[in-house]
Amino acid sequence: MADLALILLGALLVNNFVLAQFLGLCPFIGSTGRYDTAAAMGLATTFVLTLSAVATYVLHHQLLVPLGLEFLRIIVFIVVIASVVQLTELYLRSTSPLLHQVLGIYLPLITTNCAVLGVALLALQQSLSFAATIAYASGAALGFTLVMVLFAAIRERLQDARIPEAFSGTPITLITAGILSMAFMGFAGFGV
Amino acid sequence: MSHGTQIFSNAWLHNNPAWIQLLGLCPLLAVSTSVVNALGLSLATALVMVGASSSIAMLRRWIPDFARLPCFVLIIATFTTAAMLLLQAFAFELYLSIALFVQIIVTNCMILSRAESFASRQSLGASVIDALGTALGFAIALLLLGGFRELLGSGTLFAGMSQLFGPSAQAWQLDLLTEDWQIRLLSLPPGAFLAAGLLLAGANALINRISRSSTEQPESAGDDAPQNQGQT
Repeated sequence: MADLALILLGALLVNNFVLAQFLGLCPFIGSTGRYDTAAAMGLATTFVLTLSAVATYVLHHQLLVPLGLEFLRIIVFIVVIASVVQLTELYLRSTSPLLHQVLGIYLPLITTNCAVLGVALLALQQSLSFAATIAYASGAALGFTLVMVLFAAIRERLQDARIPEAFSGTPITLITAGILSMAFMGFAGFGV
Repeated sequence: MSHGTQIFSNAWLHNNPAWIQLLGLCPLLAVSTSVVNALGLSLATALVMVGASSSIAMLRRWIPDFARLPCFVLIIATFTTAAMLLLQAFAFELYLSIALFVQIIVTNCMILSRAESFASRQSLGASVIDALGTALGFAIALLLLGGFRELLGSGTLFAGMSQLFGPSAQAWQLDLLTEDWQIRLLSLPPGAFLAAGLLLAGANALINRISRSSTEQPESAGDDAPQNQGQT
């Protein structure tokens, strides 16, 4: 149990997927302009990321390994992720129209979020057990959401700041992300 | 042919995937720790880009419109697998250091966006030119950032090129900065964000200055920006 908690915290803070491993940067830069958008995107990704990590784990160990087809994993995983996104959308539409309205437009974008594929591949590369994969994926997903929300809050404050002309727009966003990443480096060596 | 050159310069310069459209940022920041990593990923991305764009241009008549995105993704995934196997076969050491990001080429939005907006509408020749131009634009950005971070972060340039070009390339390594002048931060993750932000701001400042001093066409402004980044 302690091991699982360590794996979760490690993926959440120490090796944060966005700030230390550069996965999922497109939504991190693209949809953190507003606080509520960022929170919705984070929530939707959390759900899809955990589910698809579980699904890819099962498929890899039950189907690809027995058949000796491990080299097909990229093709299989991307299909699994796209299906999980589709199923999530169908499920949300029928059970909770309100949540579907909030998350609706963000769901299709998650298919090309490299963090989702990255978590599935990294969990495989470290040969984690089933329970550890779940802990790793939920840590990664929560870390993604945390950073999205933090960054959106900082960017809302930045809108009122006076920024040198050359830095306005993307450069200041990247430099802010760099400073946030330095803050997360403070977690290095913590428990892992 | 002038049509072809225009597609090419549009693809690599005016619509540069990295510094105009900000597509494919994840590999750009993650793999830019050294020139050799940058070159390896640029080559793999170019292979996938050209392969996927040309297949989509050839197959577009048979791909039904409602199912085009899944088809594109599957084609890209096939070429990504091929690029991964090729790197494993011919440059295994290099593959080990960029393995994750070679596999993640499949989710690089740059490739899917070119497939959707260009290759699915144009002829085979135009699509190949467009794919080559986009891949070149991505490679320039990746190599500039990789060179900048390698030079200032670890004081060398072209270290470890033997991973890609065989043992004779070991002599290519240039040791330019002594330890006192290196900025370790640039080879760590925050350095990627900071370096990319600073290079982009430098390019912006230069473009602003040029467009203010003379009302020239954006071509020359865009042309000077990457050169400036190279000298930094």
